[in-house]
Amino acid sequence: MVAPAETEASSLVVREVRKSFPAPDNPLSRRQVLDGVSFSLGAGELISLIGPSGCGKSTLLRLVAGLDSADSGDLLIGIEPITAPNAERGLVFQDPNLFPWLTVRRNIQAGLVARGVLHEKKNEVDEFMRLVGLEIFANVYPHHLSGGMAQRAALARALINHPKILLLDEPLGALDAFTRMRMQDEVLRLWQARRTTMLLVTHDIDEAIYMSDRIMIMTPRPGRIERTIPVELARPRQRDSGDFLRLRSDILKFLHFAGKS
Amino acid sequence: MEPQEDLVPTAIVEPPSALRWRTMLAVPFAAGIALTAHTFIANREPPLETHSYRLLFIEVIAVSILLALLRRFSPGLRRWMANMWPIFTAAIVSVCVWDIVTLGLRMLPLPYFPGPSAVLRSLINDRVLLLDSTWHSLVLLLSGYTLGVIGGLISGICIGWSSPIRYWGMPLLKVVGPIPATAWIPLTMVLSPSATVSSAALIALAVWFPVTMLTASGISNTRASYLDVARTLGAGRAYLIFHVAIPAAVPNIFIGLFMGLGASFLTLVVAESVGVKSGLGWYVSWAQGWAEYGKVFAALIIMAAFFSTIMTVLFKVRDRVLVWQKGVIKW
Repeated sequence: MVAPAETEASSLVVREVRKSFPAPDNPLSRRQVLDGVSFSLGAGELISLIGPSGCGKSTLLRLVAGLDSADSGDLLIGIEPITAPNAERGLVFQDPNLFPWLTVRRNIQAGLVARGVLHEKKNEVDEFMRLVGLEIFANVYPHHLSGGMAQRAALARALINHPKILLLDEPLGALDAFTRMRMQDEVLRLWQARRTTMLLVTHDIDEAIYMSDRIMIMTPRPGRIERTIPVELARPRQRDSGDFLRLRSDILKFLHFAGKS
Repeated sequence: MEPQEDLVPTAIVEPPSALRWRTMLAVPFAAGIALTAHTFIANREPPLETHSYRLLFIEVIAVSILLALLRRFSPGLRRWMANMWPIFTAAIVSVCVWDIVTLGLRMLPLPYFPGPSAVLRSLINDRVLLLDSTWHSLVLLLSGYTLGVIGGLISGICIGWSSPIRYWGMPLLKVVGPIPATAWIPLTMVLSPSATVSSAALIALAVWFPVTMLTASGISNTRASYLDVARTLGAGRAYLIFHVAIPAAVPNIFIGLFMGLGASFLTLVVAESVGVKSGLGWYVSWAQGWAEYGKVFAALIIMAAFFSTIMTVLFKVRDRVLVWQKGVIKW
């Protein structure tokens, strides 16, 4: 996958990344969580990372975010190595993690305050609240929001920094089925409107097919990307089209097979 | 759009004032009984000056009847009365029982347990000195408390945030902290030139320990995901400390502030009764020296009002600061 030259700077390259943690039962041994993970992500792409729980998806995402560092291998944005968290790589967790002591508006502008640019970009706060449809809830505290609204606020909070890459760690995993489908469209709308590169971790195969340009399938112990599947369905996608269902059963078959080996 | 019912907490609709006459009349009725009982007792014991005591209950009856008449004009007044009247009634009945037990039946040894009328008399006669003592106590308490809170917040934040400081600071805190501040009195009296200064320092010490402990634990228990999110939003260390860790620790900090306040009351009274020559603690021991137990009780009543007012103020401050918690936890 080659990214267009002019947007090289927002492409992500992950090369032969390894990461291990102390085993929980035996502190002397280490558990290999990621074992030589390589992939690249072009500017403006939306790629899903799927796999069973414990295969290292979230660990990989934390490495890309810069919250943890890899034991070996390279993580690059353009040609710059990732060394620490940075506002150009936004992260949204399954739990919205809105700061409960701040109103919705103050949560959304948190990134601007943190970077000390609130004064210049004050008008963007309203723009992003409108983008996620929360403008009338500006002065509400997060615990009054429903799950879907809280997650939209979390998306706006991450997007207000204009990140080159948005990392999504099962962002819709805690929502009910209806809200989740609506939020998938919402995220796609944001992606199409802003052309932000997105890396989506999910364990929902339908979600991965519905949303992404490519699907990377990870297998656990040790965590590796076993296969990358391009999704060549026209958007907007139909969840019940024949091609959709065929792709779905292919992936299921592969996961089943991989699980047995 | 999501369903919006769960958005704005539904306003609690109060039933249209179900304030019954029985509740309404309880206060003047109880006051009437207290007054009658007292008159009866006082008739048997003529030398007592009981004018102010009777006047108090006559005023209570008058005001409560006036409020009962005014209540239809103000729903706020109705709510307040429905809420407070049973308590007031119980208070009046308790005073009446106290009167009967002490003055009427003489069941308690006398110089030590004066009746409520004698206490009221002391309260009125000595009001200037009592007011002055309260003022001195307030100044001493606030200066010590403020000092202790500032110190406690600083050390708590440092210990909670930085592991090297925690490594060296925690053992010191654990060893020195639990010593009751009053145990340092002999030492501070020698070290400090002024009893007031050393008392303020003792109060500060008493406040410092719980505030430090609770602040440190609040800071170090900040949810890691809040810090992670803030980092990916481009937060530097100052933002992480002042905009994430400290706000997350505020509920804990308030527990420390309340514990510190309790400790400061204790230390204040002890310090005043052994060293400082002013304040309510001093007044109590001074009155006791003259065997004027009416004054002792008067000072205790003032203390109760004084300390509970300060406590209430702190509760109000917390309600303000932690308004975001409303609906999350039960206070």
